[in-house]
Amino acid sequence: MIEFHLDHRSGVATYLQLVHQVKQALRLGTLRPGDKLPTAREVVDALAINPNTVLKAYRELEREGLVAGRPGLGTFVQRSIGGARLADQAALRRDLDAWVRRARTAGLDRDDMETLFSMAMVDCFREDTA
Amino acid sequence: MSVALRTTGLGVRYRRADALRDCSLAVPAGRIAALVGPNGAGKTTLLHVAVGLLTPTSGEVSVPGRVAFMAQDKPLYDTFTVAEMLAFGRRLNRVWDQEYATARLTGLGIPLDRRTARLSGGQQAQVALTVALARRPDLLVLDEPLANLDPLARHDVMRSLMVEVAEQPLTVLISSHVVADLRDTCDWLIVLGGGRVQVSGDVDDLLAEHLALTGPAELVDTPPAGTRVVEASRTGRQARLLVRGAPVLDPRWSARPVDLEELVMAYLRSPQASALPALAAVRA
Repeated sequence: MIEFHLDHRSGVATYLQLVHQVKQALRLGTLRPGDKLPTAREVVDALAINPNTVLKAYRELEREGLVAGRPGLGTFVQRSIGGARLADQAALRRDLDAWVRRARTAGLDRDDMETLFSMAMVDCFREDTA
Repeated sequence: MSVALRTTGLGVRYRRADALRDCSLAVPAGRIAALVGPNGAGKTTLLHVAVGLLTPTSGEVSVPGRVAFMAQDKPLYDTFTVAEMLAFGRRLNRVWDQEYATARLTGLGIPLDRRTARLSGGQQAQVALTVALARRPDLLVLDEPLANLDPLARHDVMRSLMVEVAEQPLTVLISSHVVADLRDTCDWLIVLGGGRVQVSGDVDDLLAEHLALTGPAELVDTPPAGTRVVEASRTGRQARLLVRGAPVLDPRWSARPVDLEELVMAYLRSPQASALPALAAVRA
């Protein structure tokens, strides 16, 4: 079972935060095919958010084929997210740790690193779509 | 889309002053709509017209379903116990779900034999809300339901209201002058400024359509193509705009998304600006 949380400072729409958290859990393997997502009522009772927001997030996940609603039963995980295998993830994580240490030695602070990282992401994905 | 509340060209005139002018809006069924605006903007007047307590000077209002209204200042009788408050509601309303009302209050841990004056502010709000909900409305109208509550009670009242919406088909219209209280709970936004509807629309759509821009001061009067300026200001060498419209490609502007509070404030500071659906959409 996944437990949602909200980050009010992120500026990310609430339904997208829920979508991201489900995807994150699918990547990490904490949610697996067949698992049931909490009902809208359960999420609402925990987070005091609009039930339509939860339904909107689930619709988005459904559209992407990640979950499926079964009438009267709930919403269930259909498939996990391919992405990198766990072993690849561990290796990439080690590279990233090494990079962060090097950046720190070079005198960069957290904000500098985040800026560099997001710039690299933006450039990289721009090349992809161009 | 079925509509729970629609007003067309609504006007209300008190003595010589207009309280509302040409207000046209629609709230789709199943939404939780926030009615925001400064004190004196006409929020309570608009709600009173919506629930039929006040006849408009001009224009029309239509509410297809059953409506329940919770007035400001928790309308409870001090000398009544909670149970007597329910009995009173039962006698006054043709439709009344006593079983539901009792179960809801018991579930919230509110003693039915206690006088309402001896309840906490949060509990009083819950009793007033239960009296409104026991009428099994299609449209629930709440005038500043969170005013005078501490932050914990505000959260609890909103949370229990959201649970009600999750469990039954219900449209809610809530007025407030505190935008932060409505951030995660409302999916429809109506901004009322000076008796006029300035904004009416889906919250996520509105947030996606607006951008905050910063750029060199000399560009303050030449906003990027395809955008409409809601609010513009200049500080030293920098121009700041809040715009509605297309993504900005001009590299001299840097753009970031806006949050609900910024959006509302920008419109309220610019009374001439508005973001309303095309008339055809309002009529749909």
